[in-house]
Formats: sequence, C-alpha cells, structure tokens
Amino acid sequence: MTDPADKTTTLTAGNAATPAAASPPVAPSPNRSQWGDVWRQFRSHRGAMVALVLFVGIILFVSVGPLIWRMDPTFVDIRARNQGFSLAHPLGTDQLGRDMLARLMAGGQVSIAVGLTAMAIAIFIGSLIGVSAGYFRRLDGPLMRVTELFLALPLLPLLLLMVTLFREPLSQTFGAAFGIFLLIVSAIGATSWMQAARIVRGEVLGLKEREFILAARSIGTPSHRMILRHILPNVMSPIMVAATLGIATAIITESALSFLGLGFPPDFPTWGRLLYDAVDQMVLYPSRVIFPGVLISLTVLCVNYIGDGLRDAMDPRIRGR
Amino acid sequence: MLNFTIRRLLLAIPTLLFISLVIFLLLEASPGDPLGDVPLTVPPEVRDRMRAALGLGEPWPIRYVLWLKQFFWVEPLYWFDQAFGTGFSDGMQRIISFQSRSPVFDVIAQRVPQTLTVVGMSYVVGILIAIPIGILSAYKQYSWFDQIGTFVSMIGFSMPTFFTGVVLIIIFGVNLQWFPSVYDTTLQVRDWDSFMAQVRQMVMPVTVLALYNAAQISRFMRSSMLDNLGQDYVRTARAKGLSERVVVLKHVLRNSLIPVVTVIALGLPAVFGGAIITEQVFKVNGLGQLLITAIHGNDIPMVLTLTFIFAILIVVFTLIADILYGVLDPRIRYD
Repeated sequence: MTDPADKTTTLTAGNAATPAAASPPVAPSPNRSQWGDVWRQFRSHRGAMVALVLFVGIILFVSVGPLIWRMDPTFVDIRARNQGFSLAHPLGTDQLGRDMLARLMAGGQVSIAVGLTAMAIAIFIGSLIGVSAGYFRRLDGPLMRVTELFLALPLLPLLLLMVTLFREPLSQTFGAAFGIFLLIVSAIGATSWMQAARIVRGEVLGLKEREFILAARSIGTPSHRMILRHILPNVMSPIMVAATLGIATAIITESALSFLGLGFPPDFPTWGRLLYDAVDQMVLYPSRVIFPGVLISLTVLCVNYIGDGLRDAMDPRIRGR
Repeated sequence: MLNFTIRRLLLAIPTLLFISLVIFLLLEASPGDPLGDVPLTVPPEVRDRMRAALGLGEPWPIRYVLWLKQFFWVEPLYWFDQAFGTGFSDGMQRIISFQSRSPVFDVIAQRVPQTLTVVGMSYVVGILIAIPIGILSAYKQYSWFDQIGTFVSMIGFSMPTFFTGVVLIIIFGVNLQWFPSVYDTTLQVRDWDSFMAQVRQMVMPVTVLALYNAAQISRFMRSSMLDNLGQDYVRTARAKGLSERVVVLKHVLRNSLIPVVTVIALGLPAVFGGAIITEQVFKVNGLGQLLITAIHGNDIPMVLTLTFIFAILIVVFTLIADILYGVLDPRIRYD
C-alpha cells in the first residue's frame, strides 16, 4: 500500500541510499520500494518462479520461434501429410501436410493474444465498475445489481450462442480472422469481469475510510484525480492477481470454444483448434493431440502459479515474514 | 432467515425475467434463419405459411410474452395434468422444438437422466476425493503429501476437460482397450452384465469431471481447514485433552466445511455448463450436447428454454448457497 506516509519514507530511504550505493559497491543498501518488496517476496515462491521462467519460455517460443523456424504454418504440402518426427518437420505434419511446429507457434500466438486481450477487456470493465461502485455511493446499488445479474447468466451457453450468432456478420465486416478474434475476445471479456469488479469494489470501500483519502479530499482533490492518483494505485495488487488468473480462464475458454468447433476458422490455427482438428485422427496420430493440449495446460498452469505467487507476494500480512 | 429467503426469492423473479429477455433478444438479433434448410423451390407463400406455423410471424414482444406464458403456465399445467389425469392444459400449445417438432420439455426429459448420472456421479466422486485430501493437506501443511496434493490439484485445475478427456481416451480407450470411448445411451441396465457395461462406460467421463471438481474443491477445503486450524478454539480443545482425531475431525472439520458446502452448492450449476464439453468429448447425449446441436440447428425455442433452465439453476443454487451459509454458520446474520 502506498499511503502518502509510506511514500515519504520510501522517498527518504531512496535519497539516503543513493550516496551509499555510489561509494562502495560491496554493500548496496536496498532501495525498498513497494514493487521491489513484492518482487523479493515473489522470488521466494519457488513454484511461481519456475512458472514465470516457463511462461517466458512459452512466450519466446511463440513469438521468437517463427523468426527462427521459418516455415509457413498454412503451407499445404499434400504429399508430405501425416508424417512423423523428422528433420524437415521436427513435430511431424498434419493431415494436409502442414508443419506442426510452425502451426503450434502460430496457434500459440493467437491463443496467448486472445488470453491477454480478453483479460485486458475484462479487467478494464471490472475495475471501472468496481471503482465506480465503491467510490460513488449512488452508483453502488445499481452497478452491483448488474454484476449479480451477470453472475446469474449461464456463461458458457451464452458464449456459444454469441459466437455462433455473430460470427458471420462480424467476419464479413472485419475479415474472417480479425472479425472472429474481435468477437471471441469481446465475448470472453464481457462475460468474465464480474469477479474483478467485486474484488475491486470491496477494496475501494475499505480504502475510502482511510485517513489519506480524507486528507486528499480535505484539500479539494476532484473525483477523477482522487481515483486515478489515490484509489487506483492502491487497488493495483488485487487487480493484478485477478488479471493473471483472468488470462488463464480466457485461454481455456477460447480453446473450449475452438474445441466445440465454434472458435477460429479452420485455416487459422489456435491451440484449441489444433486439438479439435486432431481429435478425429487421435487413434493414429496421438502426438498431434498431445502437443497443443500440453501447451494449453502448461501455459494455464504457469499463469495460475504466477497468480498464486503474486497473491502471496502482494499480501502485506505474509510479505516481510 | 425466512424474511431473507422470501426477499431473495422475490428479487430472483425480475432477475430471471431480465435474463430470459436478454437471451431472447440475443436470439432475436441472430441472422440465422430456422427455415434456412428449406429448399429454394418452395414457393414464397408456402414459406410464409411455414414461418407462421413456427410462430415466427408475430412481432417479438408478443412472441416473448407467449414464450413466457408457455414456460411458466402451459408447461406446469401439462405436467400437473400428466400427474393427476386432469385436463387443464387441453388445447394449449406447448413449447415446440423447431428441429424435432416435438415438445421441448419432452426432449429435455429424455436427456436429463444421462446428464444427471454422469455429471451427478462425477460431482459426488469429486467431493469424496477432495475433502480427505484437503483435510490431510492442511493438517500436514508443507509436508510432501501437501506439496504433491497442491501440485496435482493445480494441474487438475489447469488442464481443460477436453484435453484430459482426450488423453484418457487415447490411453484407456485406444491403447489399453479397458473402457469404451463412446458413451452408449441406448444401453439399458437389466442384469449384472449390462450394469457392468454401464459402469465401464461411465468411468472415463466421470473421472475427467471428478478430477476437475476435486481439484477445485480440495483447494477450498485446504485453505478453509488452514484458517480454522489456527483458531483459538482449537487450542482450547487440545488443552482440554481431546484426542487429535476428535479435534480435527469433529471441531475443525465441521467449521471448515461451512464455506466448502456453499462452494459445492455454487458449483453445481457450473457443472452443468462444464459438462457441455465433457459430453461432447465422450459423445454422451445429455443436456449439453442437446444445447450444441440446437445452437447449430438454429432451434430457437430449444436454445432459449435450455439456457433459461441453466439460468434458473444458477439463481436457485446461489440462493441455496446463501441460505445454507446462514443456517450452518450462526454468526452470519442476513437481517
């Protein structure tokens, strides 16, 4: 928590630390900031650290990988179909002779991009509603009613419905790939902001009673600056935890949609789509099911572990022990 | 408590009405045409009559109110007639599916047993696995059992059911040939052999769902046990000289189960949603599979009714969870 009181102490500590760090390089006195503390605590969570390394690895695999393995994931080579592992195709080829390694990388890009974007939308809506409900008393009742309403919606059926109904018009307006991306991302985002909103509202309600808010109000801080300067930085930690866990759910939801055949178009690989395409021939070529499945599970596992580690690291009751 | 329940029930009515309106409008906005499969050679006036026969001729507010009437008035009356042999619903139109041209509720009634046996069983199994694991994990916190338990539950929580299902099919259905990979719904249990066949085909879907549920519930159980183990009353109970068994299994367990029971109640409707995917993987023709085929076939009455039933389940179980919480924990006061 960065109260103004905390801020001054960190500031003075920072000032004191600079000359000390400058003279002897042996004893770098720690510049204790809030995020530095969080990072230190996070590092002591072994599972989360391993997960972070793995997650960075996966991100590198899907982002830098295609620069090294320059094979077109949509290139159809019908004579080389259903091949096993070889030097030309390290992970084999699919039923149309497309290179599996390249497809896994391309699919990962889409899956992770969907996860991140959907999470960003969900967190944005969630924090907006949570902060307004917590800060403005008049909005609290109606906004929380809306949140409860959304929580009572059967989400997976509704998602399926939205995606089936609107895929045609959207893909006509924005192009097949981008239209579906937009649709899936906004559908997932619009149906998963409720937890974040509730958590943020609770935190804001608690914060509002604190002295530094009173102090800020007494000098006439307007509402928007109050929220941006004093409230939001202090609810950052629950938002970040919710965001991390949100990535995991978004990735799973996207792959579930793809798995039900309601996700991206066939020539546009995502991990869920790859799994779905491979299920028909899983008896003969189980590896094509295993690779995307393992990648989905591993990514989600890493993200969940990072979320756990973050939650521990951000909890001031645990931190510093 | 009674006050609270009544208030919540009254509040649930506008919520449900609103949800049904949202679903209805969403379907209304859909570009899909239920007559899309009708050949183009059919003359337009016949097409219009077909449309009217499906009840599509009226403007949407009338159709919405009609559907509400069918759902809340005609259907209950029909079931009442069926049960008591009366004739209140004679001549009233029930909700008809576009695809099968039969009453929606009859189709749903055919599918419910499959979903309930598989999904219900998996939930029970999941709870039975999760609670002992949660207790042991919390009691021996940071032991190797706890480390492995939390790791496995994290994995179970992270693996999507469509992947675990497919992996189980590859290992046990294809390579080892222990269990059938497709759920046979025509199977009727008559004797020991058909019972064993039923058990064998249920093993894999139940395992998949049970693992997923167990992973979630055991995490809640563990953290709830940990919260309670540090309380003062536990120390008092130990100081009285109660055996460790009684302290943990009677005092701590009972108190820790309070939040877990509500989580279990809250998870029940979500299980129906999650079962959509598992049913698809194992080709169980339950409610989830019905929903998917209805969505693909533009069967508006079926989709509307099914989704609305899911919404009712969620609202009802949320209410049950809240009431249970109040009943089990006297510290919670709703008034």
